[in-house]
Amino acid sequence: MRIDPTHGIVGAAGPRVDGLAQATGTLRFLDDLAYPDMLWGKILRSHHGHARIVSIDTSRAEALPGVHAVLTGADLPVAFGLLPVSQDEHALAVDKVRQVGDPVAAVAADDPDVAEAACELIDVVYEPLPVVTSIEEAVAVVDEPIHGEGPRDNRHREVSLEFGDVDAGFEAADHVREDVFFYQGNTHAALEPHGALALVDETGRLHLWSSTQVPHYLHRIAAKVLELPEHRIRVTANPTGGGFGAKTDVFSHELVAAKLALVTGRPVKIVLTREEVFYCHRGRHPVLMWFKTGFTADGRITAMWCRTYLDGGAYGSYGAASLLYTGQLQTTTYRIPAYRFQGARFFTNKPACGPKRGHGTPQPRFGLEIHLDKAAEDLGLDPVTIRKRNLVRPFSTTVNHLRITSCGLEECLDRVVAASGFADKHRSLPPGRGVGLAVGAYMSGAGLPIYFNDMPQSEVMVKVDRGGLVTVYSMAADCGQGSTTMLATVVGEALGLDPGDLKVVTADTDLTPIDLGSYSSRVTFMAGNAALEAAMKLADLVLTAVADELDVDPDEVAIGRGVVTAAGRELTWAEAVRIAEARWGLLSATGSYKPPKDIKGDYKGAGVGPSPAYSYSACVAEVDCDPETGFVTVEKIWLAHDVGRAINELLVRGQVEGSVHMALGEALMEEQAFRGALHDGPSLLDYKIPTVLEMPPVETILVESVDPEGPFGAKEVGQGPLLPVMPAIANAVHDALGIRVDEVPLRPDKLLAALRDLERGGEGRYGPTKLPDYEFRSPLPVEPPPEFR
Amino acid sequence: MLRLPVLRHAAPTTLDEAIELLAAEGTMLAAGGTDLVPNLKRRQYPEAKTIVSLRRIPELRGIDLLDDGSLRIGALTTLAELVADDRAAPALREAARAVASPQLRSRGTVGGNLCVDTRCHWLNVPETWRRAAEPCLKAGGDTCWVAPAKRFCWAVSSTDLAPMAIALDATVELAGPEGRRRIPLEELYRNDGMAHLTKAPDEILVALVVPPLGDRRAGYRKLRRRGSIDFPILGVAARLGFDGEVCTDARLVVGAIVSAPLRLPQVEALLEGRPLDAATIRAAAEAAGKAVRPMSNTDLTSRYRKRMVPVFVRRLLDELVGASGATATS
Ligand SMILES: Cc1cc2nc3c(=O)[nH]c(=O)nc-3n(C[C@H](O)[C@H](O)[C@H](O)COP(=O)(O)OP(=O)(O)OC[C@H]3O[C@@H](n4cnc5c(N)ncnc54)[C@H](O)[C@@H]3O)c2cc1C
Repeated sequence: MRIDPTHGIVGAAGPRVDGLAQATGTLRFLDDLAYPDMLWGKILRSHHGHARIVSIDTSRAEALPGVHAVLTGADLPVAFGLLPVSQDEHALAVDKVRQVGDPVAAVAADDPDVAEAACELIDVVYEPLPVVTSIEEAVAVVDEPIHGEGPRDNRHREVSLEFGDVDAGFEAADHVREDVFFYQGNTHAALEPHGALALVDETGRLHLWSSTQVPHYLHRIAAKVLELPEHRIRVTANPTGGGFGAKTDVFSHELVAAKLALVTGRPVKIVLTREEVFYCHRGRHPVLMWFKTGFTADGRITAMWCRTYLDGGAYGSYGAASLLYTGQLQTTTYRIPAYRFQGARFFTNKPACGPKRGHGTPQPRFGLEIHLDKAAEDLGLDPVTIRKRNLVRPFSTTVNHLRITSCGLEECLDRVVAASGFADKHRSLPPGRGVGLAVGAYMSGAGLPIYFNDMPQSEVMVKVDRGGLVTVYSMAADCGQGSTTMLATVVGEALGLDPGDLKVVTADTDLTPIDLGSYSSRVTFMAGNAALEAAMKLADLVLTAVADELDVDPDEVAIGRGVVTAAGRELTWAEAVRIAEARWGLLSATGSYKPPKDIKGDYKGAGVGPSPAYSYSACVAEVDCDPETGFVTVEKIWLAHDVGRAINELLVRGQVEGSVHMALGEALMEEQAFRGALHDGPSLLDYKIPTVLEMPPVETILVESVDPEGPFGAKEVGQGPLLPVMPAIANAVHDALGIRVDEVPLRPDKLLAALRDLERGGEGRYGPTKLPDYEFRSPLPVEPPPEFR
Repeated sequence: MLRLPVLRHAAPTTLDEAIELLAAEGTMLAAGGTDLVPNLKRRQYPEAKTIVSLRRIPELRGIDLLDDGSLRIGALTTLAELVADDRAAPALREAARAVASPQLRSRGTVGGNLCVDTRCHWLNVPETWRRAAEPCLKAGGDTCWVAPAKRFCWAVSSTDLAPMAIALDATVELAGPEGRRRIPLEELYRNDGMAHLTKAPDEILVALVVPPLGDRRAGYRKLRRRGSIDFPILGVAARLGFDGEVCTDARLVVGAIVSAPLRLPQVEALLEGRPLDAATIRAAAEAAGKAVRPMSNTDLTSRYRKRMVPVFVRRLLDELVGASGATATS
């Protein structure tokens, strides 16, 4: 049901409800929590990339004054993993370490220095094993695979799907081209390092605070690993100083802090160092990819074949989903009549990769958008035309059975092209200067929960007291994206109340009803819908009670800004609420959201990719390249984003600008790189994130397609705007210098190598040329939806 | 957060007191601490027991214009103070402004910058590294991981100020148990990553003295990935004197290539005694490129950094020839 805002609350650009506290430093982050009798936990981590643990002797550590407990893998033997299919981690290593940074033992001590000293006194004997650090090495059969028993290769998972007849599509094509791309891994680098604090409360229950985006999953996994019933555990997610996906997994330090608190009976806090955060990772997978696409002479896609090879790191994490994401969303922007997708994720002895803003889709989006640019050149088309010939249509189904609803892609494209003057600039700017174009799409929440169940993904409760204060309860964890403000705004709009006048209680498993977490850009759509439903029910209770009281028809009663009006009379909100409470008793209402069932296909792998709605983006980048130094200066970014409806325009623009900044780093400099199994530079000096000086002006264009199912028509904005930026920059570099750098980051030395190639009569390219020696199994044929038959 | 090792801290108020304290084993000097503290946190100085802070010694503060027009810059002068002082040569201020980030320039000092420890990506790593791999030569091991064949440390001189100050013919005042001495800044350095300073460990750098520029031109260009924060991975400093069109004296110093700021006399000779036309500048730039051999031990590749030397030298010289009294940074 479409509900339009009428109170001017949704759509305004008001401040965040927690903005003042954030700006003045009074918001309590995890590390701000302290208890007088608190102990400090510290984890001893592996410095080997791959080794068998022969023995651990903790006696010297235990003997150190000030040490209260020492734990090893034997104390926390239950395996866990965020996805039910990947239960391959331990809170502390059992038998084997698989990456540098793997947790091996832990201590709780009076202060951080004693904790650190105690870790030094734990004697671990390792038997080093051969280390695998690349996809090329991971495809080989070895005696000692990272998981399981050898001899076998280090493949984690594989997918091989075919929708429609791809070979026939290639046959029917006038032009077929193939390209190989590499997307280097990078990490979230949220400003706040991860941390957790646990204590046993006065009733004997465990209370675990964490800087997490997923309190519900942490709750479930803590119960499993600590072998306690869920009702004996309370998880509170603190406001986080950034997440970007870094805090959507469950980590050793959370479980260890909890166990140490249970063992010592004292509060225990663990805050990770920056180095530990780099090793926890769960960031962008390095992906090698290959695209083969057939086109008609006028640029229409006849078929596409995409292969991806993911360097997953040491554990499964979200990897089984990440793998599918590298293939599934190509069809959400372009109508692809026949599509073959083959992908494989491999284990390597490096920190596990997982979800980072855009989860699994920035890599293929980078490849696809450059691939299309190249095809356009082959066919004598411009980059806008080739895209326009293939745009997915609103309210359609893709060949891999994704349901598309509202789609402002064409408007996004038209508006960035117009605003940037792309048509006049492309191929026309002076040497060294260029423009590039790309588009993208992202999910407004994953259609399926992470563990199979039929319950809602989001539930919200609202309650009003006699003074008129509305309290909203939701487990949604504000990872900086503004979900708390979103909840206050949606409920405020429905009740005519200023968002700042509401109270929002969030992210606490004792106090709030379920929300699966702040990942997959699901919160505005899902928790927003649940909040809207609850608020509408509450409004209805108030309206009917007032109608009864004043003896008027319910249709004559209306909610205004802070007032309820009826038949020429005006009651304050608090007056109306008291009338309603007298009539109904406690005034409260609930709402729940579960995505529709008909948004996905019926094949193995169909669970990843479906979403109740997709956001769309288009980007133009203008760059200035120095052909002598290879430095790329991004002069300006134009980014149009179809957000459905902006619940809060300020926050939407903030997400777009933040996405551009993150994308800039991925495009130009960030690399989660390794020397052997060791991180190349696990610090914010060595890991290069653009500073404010590198940040170009961003012209944000908001497109509001008003989604029929989103709360007030809203869709996601947290991740989608990142996607087109990297390929737009790469395409702009091509426009500027005539070279192709087919991998990120576009480091200056790579540009110079491509320029040199051009000078020597080559095609002026830098990038991968080979695919690993790996055979995919033959694709599983999936019948496309009727419209493709 | 990484934690500091447990250390003693001393804060003398006179130079003599400080020098006396330095006689004890395991003492290290701290000025702003912006280089020392991160290195200590990474456990790069296992021998450190006591930190002797210079911050309470008034004698080390202040910038004075001397009678001969030289500027005497006290070692404790912060980089931000130097940047703000319009009596200093614009090129020197620009080099100071190219250091690190605004916060670090408010804290970091001129003396600390001139003495800043050499850097290498096998050395400036967390402890995990030293556990995983045998420590490198400078970290107490037997092998330099950059060039294992030789028992020599290639850690890079990473100061922005020194190359520029050497090009400006600066001297430094040192105070030690033996008294005071003044040496050309160039002589403070030695191309050895393990021991890049020629001064004795118990000598304190008291001041940097920079002669007046007169009508010569000077400038500095810095290569780094980002516009702020990053250490130089190449620095080029030059000072040129002219008689009409003819270059009468040239000084060219490159930083962040080897373990000391490297003066290139062979390139200076190509510039002196002739007008600096495009061909001369190009020849000098190429010669500079040939003269240096960066190693793979910092950000970006050694090949790339070597290729940038002629580019940066040429651009700097072009700019100095083009604009009188100009300074340049990038
Ligand atoms: C993130 C980051 C980025 C940086 N980027 C740059 C950069 O771009 N360019 C650059 O040049 N530097 C850079 N630095 C290094 C440092 O901040 C500066 O060089 C600064 O000027 C050092 O001054 P300080 O007073 O803090 O030195 P300290 O840390 O106090 O000392 C540095 C060294 O000099 C010795 N020392 C200090 N004062 C004296 C003295 N008076 N006599 C004898 N010895 C002395 C100390 O014992 C120590 O070994 C960076 C540092 C960081 C952390």
